[in-house]
Amino acid sequence: MRFLKNERFLNFFMYLFLGIIIAMPIIIIAGLFYKSESVLHANSLSDLLFSTEWKPFQGKFGFYSYIYSSVLVTMLALLISVPICLLAAIYLTQYAKSVYLKVIQPVIDILAGIPSIIFGVWGILVIVPLISKYLAPFFGIETAGYSILAGAIVLSVMIIPFILNILLEIFKSISKELPQASIALGATKWQTIKYVVLRKAFPGIISSIVFGLSRAFGETIAVLMVVGNVAQIPSNIFQPGYPLPALIANNYGEMLSIPNYDSALMFAALILLVIVLFFNLAARMLISRYETKL
Amino acid sequence: MEYKISIQNLNLSIGKNKILKDINLNIPKNQVTVILGPSGCGKTTLLKCLNRLIDLEENVNISGNIFLDGEDILHTKSDLPGIRKKMGLLSQRPYPLPMNIYDNIAYGLRINGLHNKHLICESVENHLKQVSLWDEVKDRLKEPASRLSIGQQQRLCLARGLAVEPEIILADEPTSALDPLSSTAIEKKFIELKQDYTLVMVTHILRQARRIADYVVFMYLGEIVEHGTADEFFNHPKQEQTKAYLQGTFN
Amino acid sequence: MRKKLLALEEHFFKLLMQLSIALIVLVLSLIVFSIFYRGLPALTWEMISQTPKGGYYFGKEGGVLNAIVGSLYLALGATLLALIMGLPVAMLMNIHLRKFKRLVNSIRFLLDLLWGIPSIVYGAFGFSVMIVLGVKTSLLAGIITVALFILPIMIRAIDEVLKNVPVGLLEASMSLGSNKSQTSFMVYIRQCSSAIVTAIMISFGRAIGDAASVLFTTGYTDSIPTSLTQPTATLPLSIFFQLSSPIREVQNRAYASAAILTFIILFISVLARVLSNKYNKNKIS
Repeated sequence: MRFLKNERFLNFFMYLFLGIIIAMPIIIIAGLFYKSESVLHANSLSDLLFSTEWKPFQGKFGFYSYIYSSVLVTMLALLISVPICLLAAIYLTQYAKSVYLKVIQPVIDILAGIPSIIFGVWGILVIVPLISKYLAPFFGIETAGYSILAGAIVLSVMIIPFILNILLEIFKSISKELPQASIALGATKWQTIKYVVLRKAFPGIISSIVFGLSRAFGETIAVLMVVGNVAQIPSNIFQPGYPLPALIANNYGEMLSIPNYDSALMFAALILLVIVLFFNLAARMLISRYETKL
Repeated sequence: MEYKISIQNLNLSIGKNKILKDINLNIPKNQVTVILGPSGCGKTTLLKCLNRLIDLEENVNISGNIFLDGEDILHTKSDLPGIRKKMGLLSQRPYPLPMNIYDNIAYGLRINGLHNKHLICESVENHLKQVSLWDEVKDRLKEPASRLSIGQQQRLCLARGLAVEPEIILADEPTSALDPLSSTAIEKKFIELKQDYTLVMVTHILRQARRIADYVVFMYLGEIVEHGTADEFFNHPKQEQTKAYLQGTFN
Repeated sequence: MRKKLLALEEHFFKLLMQLSIALIVLVLSLIVFSIFYRGLPALTWEMISQTPKGGYYFGKEGGVLNAIVGSLYLALGATLLALIMGLPVAMLMNIHLRKFKRLVNSIRFLLDLLWGIPSIVYGAFGFSVMIVLGVKTSLLAGIITVALFILPIMIRAIDEVLKNVPVGLLEASMSLGSNKSQTSFMVYIRQCSSAIVTAIMISFGRAIGDAASVLFTTGYTDSIPTSLTQPTATLPLSIFFQLSSPIREVQNRAYASAAILTFIILFISVLARVLSNKYNKNKIS
């Protein structure tokens, strides 16, 4: 390991790589911004964000229905998966025997590594028929199954291992003596969980939700496969939607002959990025404010 | 002498390890009982049996009886929180709850069903005064308890325990994380408190035991080697092991 | 009364918790089960050993060897590149910059942010850079895009372990006269070898499974690439394209391909566990 003696050579690369990483978000944001400039010139920002008019040949790009679909699918997915993950994490760390957790942990790890395309395939195999044959008829609605709800269910299952893992880490990191202190005061286990454990874990719970959210918001393939890809404001969750990532994936690289189209898609990517970054930053600030309050 | 707690034939094992062997012990009322012994001798486990915190551990096998004022508390299934409420716990390190200073003390009161704001407020003030913390924190009651110094935190934990009006105070090496000044403050408080409470303290500091103990229990490898009043124990020890321990030649 | 109500509440939530766990285990095992259930019957030796022949996407013969090999090339290349870039940065953060706590924490935050960026954004951005540079879709472009995408995971996974290494190890190594680079790559690397293995495996899994970032950057082809500048098929895209076909035969092959991908992922997960246990033995704690 001769070359380790001379540090200058190695240091150069270390700092170079670090520089690349630090520059990366800036370059990406600047690049996306630069590319979406022409569509920003041709359309007002409020038209882009709040109009549903999507007529690329006339140069009209209203993203509202795409943003709406994205937000709806993501929120529904979180609504399903967060309570389930929270309940499961509390049980596994507070009530269950430790063997239980040792068995379940590798299962969760493995499932966290399953690619999104597999979840998409599963969605088509199981969720879509389930909705069209059983769930929707139950509410008296006719649908092919490719819908906002299908996207949300597939997404929620995808992010469960992800959120659950973070939550387990958080609950495990709370020292045993803290709940003991509460129990020694005469609190029941449930009171202790409600008033002490959850309180201590609160910042972590928020960050797990935000991580789940940004994962869900940008998820492309699995959602694209089951959500139906119809640009509209869905009147119920059994109707198809068309989230932003699906829009980019379906059209990018093919529609470049239409003026401003690629610029509009880059703008879509920029919206995605800004929303995800915003949530991450907001969560971070919330957490640090909360932590100084404890 | 009047006894508060009576332990009879207590055996405890975790998995295959025997932690406590045939413990028979009477803990006198309104006195400071000190449980002495090298680390790993089972003294903390014994303490955890008293308020049934041992229930939170896995694979515990326990037999024998513990009587609190004549009531068997080891085998009763009913009202564990009620039993625990009777015993305040002070652990090795202070563990303030993730709340502000005021709520740390109000928590135990609310848990036990007190919701009158005025009464809670009064109790918080009284108990903070009782541990001589009131003057230091009265202007910052809404601040997080974690901002207090370790010594202050430990006194806060003591106040927190006292606020639920226990009859017994269990302390597990309560001064081991504290500086000498804070330690002295806690020790003084203990001596004052024995007027109204029965205190059980685990420690491995011999000099601390000499300073505050009325009754001493010496444990080694899960067994009680010797127990007796402080005078008997320190001045006329009967067992060879005890003598060696007192002289510092024990290994 | 109050106590009874509380106990009732606890029972209710405990029941909900058990149901949640049952649901999670059920659904997640159902996924693996349903993929194999549909995929395995359609899986033939031909699928694994051949590239698509003419008319493959209309149900004629052939296999997805091009996608399997392409995915492996892509994931290996990207993981290697990410490791080469990521390991030095993780070391830098925990050894050279150790005393600048604030800076290092900001870098960690930045990495977490980067990790949150959707892969489709990397893909779209990568593609537009390629247009500017006049580069065609290729294995290399895919490798670079995916490497940048998995880099934050790689660094954070190694960093998580390095940051908990007691400072005494650094002091001990330095006091023996070694410099920071030697400390990094001769001492610390042993301490975190199991973390590196885990990081490699996680990154590899992400790289082989991600579709959105390679959608525009690697292109798609029926042949196995022979150089870095050729376009490459990948398994996720292969599954995607086959599944969009209206022909049942081809759809079944998509399920078979999904089973292959699932199998690769499961294999990597198990391998990661075995390896990381094996490399754990030199670690001091």
